[in-house]
Amino acid sequence: MRPAALDMKLLRDMWRLRGHLVAVALVAACGVATFVTMRGAYEGLVEARDYYYAQYRFADVFAQAKRAPRSLVARVAALPGVATVQARIVHEVTLDVPGFQDPVTVRLISVPDDGRPALNDLVLESGRYVAPRASDEVMIGEAFALAHDLKPGDSVSAVINGRWQRLRVVGIANSPEYVYVIGGAAIFPDNQRFGVFWMSRKALEAALDMEDAFNDLTLRLAPGADEKGIIRTLDVLLAPYGATGAHGRDEQISNQMLDGEIKTDRVTGIVIPAIFLAVAAFLIHNVLMRLIALQRSQIGVLKSFGYSDRVVAWHYVKLAVGAALVGGMIGIALGAWLGNGLADIYQRFFHMPRLEFRLSAENLLGVTLVCVAAAVSGAWPAVRQALRMPPAEAMRPEPPARFKPLLVERLGYVQLLSPAARMLFRNVERRPMRAAFSALAIALACALLVVGRFSLDALDRTIRVQFEDARRDDVQVGFYEPRSAQVKYDLAKLPGVMAVEAFRVVPARLRLGHRSKRTALFGLPQGAELHRIVDIDGRVTTLPPSGVVLSAGLARILHARPGSVITVEILEGERRVREVPVASIVEEPLGLYAYLDERPLADLLGEDIEYSNAYLRVDPLHLDELYQQIKRLPVVSGVSLREATIRSFLATIAENIVISTTILIVFACVIAAGVVYNGARIALSEHAVTLASLRILGFTRREVTGILLGEQALLAAIGIPVGLVLGYAICAWMVVLIETELYRLPLAITAHTYLYAAGLVAGAAVVSGAVVAWRVRHLDLVAVLKTRE
Amino acid sequence: MSGAAGSAMAPAPGVPAFRMRGVTKIYPMGEIEVRALDGVDLELHEREFVVLLGASGSGKSTLLNILGGLDVPTSGEVWYLDHELSRANDEALTHFRREHVGFVFQFYNLIPSLTAAENVALVTEIADDPMSPADALALVGLADRINHFPAQLSGGEQQRVAIARAVAKRPDVLLCDEPTGALDITTGKVVLEVLERVNDELGTTTVVITHNAAIARMADRVIHISSGRIGRIETNAVKARPAELAW
Repeated sequence: MRPAALDMKLLRDMWRLRGHLVAVALVAACGVATFVTMRGAYEGLVEARDYYYAQYRFADVFAQAKRAPRSLVARVAALPGVATVQARIVHEVTLDVPGFQDPVTVRLISVPDDGRPALNDLVLESGRYVAPRASDEVMIGEAFALAHDLKPGDSVSAVINGRWQRLRVVGIANSPEYVYVIGGAAIFPDNQRFGVFWMSRKALEAALDMEDAFNDLTLRLAPGADEKGIIRTLDVLLAPYGATGAHGRDEQISNQMLDGEIKTDRVTGIVIPAIFLAVAAFLIHNVLMRLIALQRSQIGVLKSFGYSDRVVAWHYVKLAVGAALVGGMIGIALGAWLGNGLADIYQRFFHMPRLEFRLSAENLLGVTLVCVAAAVSGAWPAVRQALRMPPAEAMRPEPPARFKPLLVERLGYVQLLSPAARMLFRNVERRPMRAAFSALAIALACALLVVGRFSLDALDRTIRVQFEDARRDDVQVGFYEPRSAQVKYDLAKLPGVMAVEAFRVVPARLRLGHRSKRTALFGLPQGAELHRIVDIDGRVTTLPPSGVVLSAGLARILHARPGSVITVEILEGERRVREVPVASIVEEPLGLYAYLDERPLADLLGEDIEYSNAYLRVDPLHLDELYQQIKRLPVVSGVSLREATIRSFLATIAENIVISTTILIVFACVIAAGVVYNGARIALSEHAVTLASLRILGFTRREVTGILLGEQALLAAIGIPVGLVLGYAICAWMVVLIETELYRLPLAITAHTYLYAAGLVAGAAVVSGAVVAWRVRHLDLVAVLKTRE
Repeated sequence: MSGAAGSAMAPAPGVPAFRMRGVTKIYPMGEIEVRALDGVDLELHEREFVVLLGASGSGKSTLLNILGGLDVPTSGEVWYLDHELSRANDEALTHFRREHVGFVFQFYNLIPSLTAAENVALVTEIADDPMSPADALALVGLADRINHFPAQLSGGEQQRVAIARAVAKRPDVLLCDEPTGALDITTGKVVLEVLERVNDELGTTTVVITHNAAIARMADRVIHISSGRIGRIETNAVKARPAELAW
């Protein structure tokens, strides 16, 4: 059947306006795609996490001790609100992986010999479960297995309790406890140098002399249980056994990182689509305002024939809805494709079962409706104008536009502007809202690019502060037990060691008023060179002879200020409790630490100065030799390498960054190009007669193009700097939004980022301007002689 | 046809400014071809006031467009002094219009966002030796309206601004396409008086195309055009003053 005449008109109008409508559809598509991708990723992560945590019984409360008797387990299980208790032995060892020189730290975790773990159960990806009491069998984490290409049947060797032991890989596994695999002191995942192994409990008991004892307790709580109360009770029960303080899921590092990612996805999935759809609505508004102005007399004719307001309104709204639906469909397809890609990356990162991209019908329907609503809201003011016109008035030509002298002219600076410049400024002044929104949309594109590059800048600054200004060692070693000053001389004798700086780290709970936080207390020597305390801007703080220096994150949690007196509860040894004044607060990019001179720390502990860790500066030529020796030292529990840590982390996230930056560039360019193209096309339509007249009067094509694009250039010139400022403001807001207890992004935006954002937006504007400029060639000069404006 | 009429006629003021030889213009219109001009030979002289008279569709606008460098003929030659317009490219034609031609449109085509003075200045700024916008507007009798926007002016006043805009750069030729077509008789006469004055005082070769036969009486020569050919050319021994015209 042939469509109704009015629909034929609609189709032909749409074909004629295809350039505009494509611009609108693409901007809407970016918004819908971002929503579909981020919302899909968000729901995928939430669903996978919930399934994983429930199905594999992820614990609610975690506690560590030095050595506690098994008899204690029954007492903990009897506490009201405790559903399941699982006692384990967890022990870190250095590992030798064939063909890999660097020292590797591995966390050995016991699994029951008589069945699966009651909590934090394993997903066996390949191979089999360890045999009961098998002292040479391990299941290894999938991330570590992939990083070293280890398969069931391969062997590695480890120093366990001072004895070299061969370990055979029998299975590859994952656990809800290690969705995100990060070693004790590490900040970033390094799957080559840190891994998790699971081993028979009986075998580990025997190897570590831990018969009838445990050093790690995990609890599952009954619904409605008082978690805080249970944690307090647990601290009391475990205190005599070297407990370091129990905590809930909120302080479990893997869960914390996963929650951070989920939070980011949710925020991104709302904010970015909203920006794009607002811009799409604005573009629709401009297109329809112009179309309705051009079709004024047609509207009058339609109405005089008896077409109702409703039919006329719907006729124009359909055009907006059509563009929105096309954009929505492109966006959904693009979003599904990007979402699947993101899910693949997540899969490699998180190793969760059932982690897949979700494309729920309600989300698709929802985003389509929002997209259509945005289009209609953009169209409506224009359509309402068409409805308001009585038919007779509509059929008369539009009354001439009223112009008035510019503000600058009224102030007496007329001579400053050429007539062409005055044309341009008066056009802007006549439609200030349109100009303002155009500039704002360009600003948003620019801001998006600043925000996109900001994460790189922030990361760069963080790494520089953390790994170049603060940490200046090559290798860090940890000891199983605190050692006397002799350890410094022993380490200095190792091959290639040029400097040794030993320090003490003790777990402690800091309290101020009713607030408290479990953290690591660092005892550093005066004038430490290998570990300096550096703030986010690279300023070095000297360690005061007394008093404690707090990371700003920690100070915020405790509401501490310089001069506040905090209560320090040491969570090992004699578990002393002392009052210590806060000497200063340092805005560190990562972690929540407290620093103290080594002498007052020893006093606090009631011991002589002893060291739990040491930083080494090493001659790179002797690194391999040093590693070989360190791996065999029975006192060393773990080794971490500064350079390797950074490199591994950057390699892990490089792909993500490249992908997300590319997507952001494309999206921001779509906005900038769409807004400029749309604006220039409408300007061309509005000023076609003027421009052709100027051509007849002897203006060259270049001069006429200059006048046509001058307005867009002006708006871009306003929009870009505003966008840079806006970008800075959004980054500042994001710093607060994304900030977790563990890290705070430094608000460090480089000049390069600003130049890049401004340059890219200007480039996109120039390209779309050039596309429109090409149309100036086709201005019909002859027709203009007979055209009535 | 009387193709050779131009060169064979009675003495006209000045030397030939424009020369056309065998000018034909064909517009393809889908299946058929429209022959808008069909072998036109014509000369226009310096300082001459010429009226091109013809019915709608006669080809007079096409002739004006070709004279003004807005269009090129399909075949034949067009010369302005020593410039061959028929072979010029777009850039050369733009330059020609900028240097030598003033246009006056039927619907004025003023820039709505610029005042009268600014509309004139728009052109004087790209000209070599222009008169000042104020002088140009004084010439057309609008000295007191220079800061008005087009929307604040009557149709006749707008057309006079358009004339001021066209003559301010001291063009060699002024091409006017139905300059009174959108105006009532009284206003139309005022506009014609301005054109006459420009022709007298500045010596600008002036070509007016119209279908209004009454206007022909104020011309030096009247060229009748129909079906793309020059019909008859009349020379007025005595030119009428615009005030004497009636239609």
